[in-house]
Amino acid sequence: MTPCKHAAELISLSLDTPLNWRQRLALWLHLLGCDLCRRFRRQSRLIQRAGSQAGEEDNLPGQQGDTLSPEARERIKRALRGQAGGSQS
Amino acid sequence: MFRIEMALFAKRWPVVPSVRRIPMSEGREPPQPAAADPERWVDDHGDYLFRYARARLGSVELAEDLVQETLLAALQSVDRFAGQSTERTWLTRILKNKLVDRLRRGGRVQAASDLGDDSDWVDSLYDRGGHWKTPPGRWGTDPVAVLQHREFWSAFERCLMNLPDRLRSVLSQRLLDQVPAPKVCEDLGISANNLWTLLHRARLRLWHCLDRDGLGPLSGGRQV
Repeated sequence: MTPCKHAAELISLSLDTPLNWRQRLALWLHLLGCDLCRRFRRQSRLIQRAGSQAGEEDNLPGQQGDTLSPEARERIKRALRGQAGGSQS
Repeated sequence: MFRIEMALFAKRWPVVPSVRRIPMSEGREPPQPAAADPERWVDDHGDYLFRYARARLGSVELAEDLVQETLLAALQSVDRFAGQSTERTWLTRILKNKLVDRLRRGGRVQAASDLGDDSDWVDSLYDRGGHWKTPPGRWGTDPVAVLQHREFWSAFERCLMNLPDRLRSVLSQRLLDQVPAPKVCEDLGISANNLWTLLHRARLRLWHCLDRDGLGPLSGGRQV
């Protein structure tokens, strides 16, 4: 019987690449009798979905307030001015 | 009669886009890439690029540095920006390349030690028989509902930030940016099996953090 530890590995793997038939069978048999790992799989899929959603929107919704600090902004502008000036002269 | 009405409609419609253009020009994307004004890039896209980098790098300082690096590189290659994409897409592409460069630089040498590091932590989740020591908590029966909770997203962000740097950059390539696995392997100079191991650890840590610190307590008695 596949232990949960191995089932969890297969669940992660299945999010990145298709499982081969052996792996699918082992996972299927394990999940049949293990509701904790079924839960783990649901949660892993949810994280996967959240990740692609966060990536699609190109930022994490929780971070909307995150902005460049005024100091960093000024520093970057200065660096850009420096380089623009340097390349012209 | 019908035809005349259609003609009127047809005449009226083109008006709409020009009305819409007004808020756009004071907002993010000017309709035409004017002469390069790098300082305006900072104002128009700086926050966006910063958030993008921070989610993937974790640290504020590193993200600020990377934004600067990106804009300097953009300034150098501005002649090649033909305006085929929007300015933001162009800058984001440069930023993505910079992120891959970072990953590469850390690449091969570190990959070996990454693999050794974490196996104790993974083992600590299971008993000797390989079964969960502490069972996964309940989050919710309805994933869509969970994804609408502000709490979920702040926990998600916090837990992503809590990942060890290397695991986060590898995971974000796959989870956030959906870079094909063979490309990530190539960038890092590691085998597919090594990549799966790193990804599993990263996923497991992210899940564990959400389960223990984030969602378990939050969802309370509700079967969320």
